[in-house]
Amino acid sequence: MSRPNLLVRTGRFYVEGFRNMSGWGKQVWIVILVKLFIMFFILKLFFFPNFLKTNFDTDEQRSEHVLDNLTNTK
Amino acid sequence: MLEAIDVSLVNWSRAQFALTAMYHWIFVPLTLGISFIVAFMETIYVKTGNPEWKKITKFWMTLFGINFAIGVATGIILEFEFGTNWSNYSWFVGDIFGAPLAIEGILAFFMESTFIAIMFFGWKKVSKKVHLAATWLTAIGANLSALWILVANAWMQSPVGMQFNPETARNEMVSFWEVLFSPMAVEKFLHTTSSGFVLAAIFVIGISAWFILKKREIVFARKSIAVAAVFGFLSSIYVIFTGDSSARTIATHQPMKFAAFEGLYNGSERAGLIALGIMSTTDTDESNQNLMDFNMKLEIPNILSYMAYMDWNAFVPGINDLIDGNEKYGIMSAHEKIERGKTAILKLKEFKEAKEAGNTELAESIKAEFQTKDFQENYFKYFGYGYITDPHVLIPSVPLSFYSFHIMVFLGMYFILFFFLSFLFVIRGKLEKHRKFLKLAIWTIPLAYIASQCGWIVAEVGRQPWVIQDLMPTMAAVTKISTSAVQVTFWLFAAIFTVLLIAEVKIMMRQIKIGPKVKEEGGHN
Repeated sequence: MSRPNLLVRTGRFYVEGFRNMSGWGKQVWIVILVKLFIMFFILKLFFFPNFLKTNFDTDEQRSEHVLDNLTNTK
Repeated sequence: MLEAIDVSLVNWSRAQFALTAMYHWIFVPLTLGISFIVAFMETIYVKTGNPEWKKITKFWMTLFGINFAIGVATGIILEFEFGTNWSNYSWFVGDIFGAPLAIEGILAFFMESTFIAIMFFGWKKVSKKVHLAATWLTAIGANLSALWILVANAWMQSPVGMQFNPETARNEMVSFWEVLFSPMAVEKFLHTTSSGFVLAAIFVIGISAWFILKKREIVFARKSIAVAAVFGFLSSIYVIFTGDSSARTIATHQPMKFAAFEGLYNGSERAGLIALGIMSTTDTDESNQNLMDFNMKLEIPNILSYMAYMDWNAFVPGINDLIDGNEKYGIMSAHEKIERGKTAILKLKEFKEAKEAGNTELAESIKAEFQTKDFQENYFKYFGYGYITDPHVLIPSVPLSFYSFHIMVFLGMYFILFFFLSFLFVIRGKLEKHRKFLKLAIWTIPLAYIASQCGWIVAEVGRQPWVIQDLMPTMAAVTKISTSAVQVTFWLFAAIFTVLLIAEVKIMMRQIKIGPKVKEEGGHN
């Protein structure tokens, strides 16, 4: 039987690794997934919009806004 | 000064960033150091073939894995904050930060995810040598990731290799190598990563000491301490050298920070180093609440001059010299810098108005002026000073800088002695008899974290009010959003990161209690 290609072998390597993972490994993965969900789907979306990307459409407008801020001195 | 900037907004935004960075830094240094300790242990295993070393390697690899997994990506929140809370700043530096952070992202993702997988899943799948290579590459990858973040931070402390473009209001990179190899970047990388090695070595010794106190896994603990003590001792000596050269770079590029963490108010030739000091709580100058004198100080003559300039007789400027100026030593006053900064801002305003009025000729001539050496060195260099109205704002918190620096240095000295004694006791086979030392070893773990955090307090508080040294103060960098929004996210972070930390400590404690006889992962023999 011919040896599976590198991609398949890499895939199997990960699948078997995850399947045989110990208790602490599974716990840690749960923490990672919950953390990433909170960070990217809650914090990033609802609490941390990129101010310049959200409020301005073009880089030119963003530059103008920052220039306004930087030169708006007493 | 900038119009309509709420000071509480600046302070809350700073507090939020500090909180996130400090929590992030709880996870990072252990990863940086323990990955190398694991690599050393596995190397011994591969060289000797002794299964005890394999058991040792796998145990510490587990703790590395837990710490890495909990800590990974917490730094991304800092990048979120750049975009939300520090939008003027992130636009102003975008081009400079983009390259190092992109490289960091690619390196972190590809190197670490690939080699960590081999480390944990590959025990029975790949040869011993390939596995060892993966462990070393994980350690190198983790430290290379830190390099790019530290290069970005170093640029903020000492901006080099860029050209400001008034058209886009951005600094554009003109020399990647100048940014990468600036003295500040090189020293920051070496000092920070080696301090992580020290922390990890203390962690390994402390946990091993716990096993010995519990009369468990004595051979495992002794061997672990032997490796960690040697690695920690060499790293802590190296930390002193890198700290010393960092201090010299700071004295040149951030003299105010240097004066603040040394508590030097009035500069002098043959300046002495305050080895020990207790600052007075009584203000000596009513116009500046930050200025305090010492109730008690132990000063070693001439050392500070040598430390700063490798010359026992050199003049070291104090806080007052940097504010009032000192003609004799060619130190420009803060007032002069403020005037030059205002000129640079006014020129930028003229450029903007010319552009808006469609006066292309004038706009182009001002843009060209921004690129001249004379304008860059005499005006743009002081751009950020133009936002300052009271020169005393330029003085960072001296007590916080002074105490943080001295706590870091004292703990650093203690760590050298600690590693030396650890090694001495372990090679003499007398470790079990020194129960007080073993208990001390456990209590040294939090001290390592305190020293590590103090290092960042010195670096970041000491450079206030600057986000980018001399170019942009915090008040110009912050996004004009509501203070309450920042307060909400501050407490949200405090809650999330505390939960993460508790999760890490609990999972780690459980694994430590199980000990090195952990069930073999991936069917490893």
